[in-house]
Amino acid sequence: MKHQSIAEALREGIAEEMERDPDVFCIGEDIGVPGGFGGAFTVTLDLEKRFPDRILDTPISELGFIGAAVGAAMMGMRPIADVQYSDFLYLAMDQIANNAAKLRYMSGGTIKVPLVLRAPVGATGRGSQHAQNMERFFIGVPGLKIVAPSNAYDAKGLLKAAVRDDDPVLIFEHKLLYGSKGARAETGTTNASSDVPDEDYVVPLGTASVRREGSDVTVLAWLLMLHESLAAASLAEPGISAEVIDVRSLAPFDWQTIGDSIEKTGRVIIVEEGPKTGGVGAELAAGIMERFPDKLIAPVTRVASADIPVPFSPVLENLYRPDRQRITAAIREITA
Amino acid sequence: MEIELTNSIEVSQTYSRSFLLGLYERMVTCRQFEDRVKLLFLEGTMPGTIHQSQGQEASAVGVCAALNQDDFITSTHRPHAHAIAKGLTPEEIMLELFGKSAGCSKGKGGSMHIGDMSKGMVPAIAIVGGGIPLAAGMALSFKMRKRSQVVACFFGEGATNEGAFHEAVNLAAIWSLPVIFVCENNLYGASTAYSKTTRVPRLSQRADAYGIRGETVDGNNVVKVYEATLQAAEECRHGEGPVLLELLTYRRVGHSRRDPAHYQDKDEQAFWFARDPIALLANSLLNSGDVNEADLRDIDARVAQTIEDAVTVARAAPLPTEADLTTDVYAMELT
Repeated sequence: MKHQSIAEALREGIAEEMERDPDVFCIGEDIGVPGGFGGAFTVTLDLEKRFPDRILDTPISELGFIGAAVGAAMMGMRPIADVQYSDFLYLAMDQIANNAAKLRYMSGGTIKVPLVLRAPVGATGRGSQHAQNMERFFIGVPGLKIVAPSNAYDAKGLLKAAVRDDDPVLIFEHKLLYGSKGARAETGTTNASSDVPDEDYVVPLGTASVRREGSDVTVLAWLLMLHESLAAASLAEPGISAEVIDVRSLAPFDWQTIGDSIEKTGRVIIVEEGPKTGGVGAELAAGIMERFPDKLIAPVTRVASADIPVPFSPVLENLYRPDRQRITAAIREITA
Repeated sequence: MEIELTNSIEVSQTYSRSFLLGLYERMVTCRQFEDRVKLLFLEGTMPGTIHQSQGQEASAVGVCAALNQDDFITSTHRPHAHAIAKGLTPEEIMLELFGKSAGCSKGKGGSMHIGDMSKGMVPAIAIVGGGIPLAAGMALSFKMRKRSQVVACFFGEGATNEGAFHEAVNLAAIWSLPVIFVCENNLYGASTAYSKTTRVPRLSQRADAYGIRGETVDGNNVVKVYEATLQAAEECRHGEGPVLLELLTYRRVGHSRRDPAHYQDKDEQAFWFARDPIALLANSLLNSGDVNEADLRDIDARVAQTIEDAVTVARAAPLPTEADLTTDVYAMELT
């Protein structure tokens, strides 16, 4: 057992999977340049020393190298592609949504695309184009699986599950949760480090996790918002007992875990970093109302960002990003 | 870089009679398949839309004849001839066009996504340029696994103005990947003429921008296409890829469905229609003296029967059912 940051746990997970399976390789920008960054957030730092032929630095060419990763995956390789910022996924949308997600169906079930695609999200003082939460654009693309780890244990376990899965898996990671060090360290981070076992393990795709038990209201969140929601649940005490679920799997949703919680609480708040309109929370809310109408004793509510591009000025960015105070207010309101 | 477009094909002693007749038969299969499909479509019995390749048979057949069985091709929204040339049967394609569950993609792909991985053809990618990065990645897998396979990546001249072309060719170039980028230049992207979209006279010139070899070939001369592909494949197998081949050819039909192609210049049409790739080979074979008219008519009749049998089978085959709707989305279902 050791205590690791998400960046360290991901790095170790990638290395272990590369040791285990010679078909696993990494492809991306600035991921293995000696003296460089190890990817934008140090996840692949120094891996090129151990795997000189399997850490592929690419030109700045997201459409090209993500498409190439899909092509290699189709032939049985297991690429782990990453973009420096998830905002860049727009550039590769065709390769992800039209090729990776659809090749299996279009081939009548004969093709497998065991692609892993890692992408950092979150507003972090970089203005509008290095800040978006891109999860929303992919949850409605059949053929993709999507996870979003909020701690180091999950990050490693989900990464390993993703590498071993035969379908394309997107892993959204949060810049403020990595725990990156040195020149690539972020300011204003949240500690997402955790104990990580020495032995091999996976966290199954498709599962949510109850992080805090409670009986009055269910708070659904992932990535950074999970941490803010846990803090908010503490602030709402005493008097209000909030259950906090780490949604963790955004495609598919773990309706069993979510439903079991709603059975208990009857109230749901969905917390999302990103514009409210058309967000992941919209799909969660609709799905809850379709599946559990008789369990709800109050309308589902959402805490999300304003419908604006991500602003730069720290004061505006902090207003954009939901925080524990706003979540606490929502908890008080729904239980009032 | 002037390309000589002659109306005779050198069918020297280099090639056996059976090899040349094999090329002829495959081209005729492509042509008859497309002509039959056009009728089926016009009579209203075939669903969907179609993009046909009459006139471009030499590029499909010439390229694929130079590939090994375990080499791969990627294709486009106009994939029928590529599929036949790579060894898919008219029957499995016809079944797919009718949306039948015994089709090459169980009726889930359709005309624009014809393919069969077991025969070395990725389901056609119908987004213009979208298959080019896939081809680079497939070739990357061959290189990483130290295999001698190559990928022939078909696309039209229109795709060379897509960003996907630029990014994927560049990647293949810096990593010396075994890809033959096969640009079928039929002079029109849908209805828009090549000259309106592209300033370089020869697309093979674009190879220079990536530091790779480019070559323009008469795409209606099946032997020339075969030889150019064979050489390109050899280079790729020896780590000297990728190669960009521009094959000059012409669509004898519209872009899709009922398009009468009124945008094609009449003189240009006359020039290219006189250079029909099948007629060019047939005439050269007849002139060589090794083949007579009856030999060719026998092949034509045999192919016609194969196509008709495929239609009969495809018409009678069962359709998918509701149980098929949601299968084949994931390889590993999560509940």
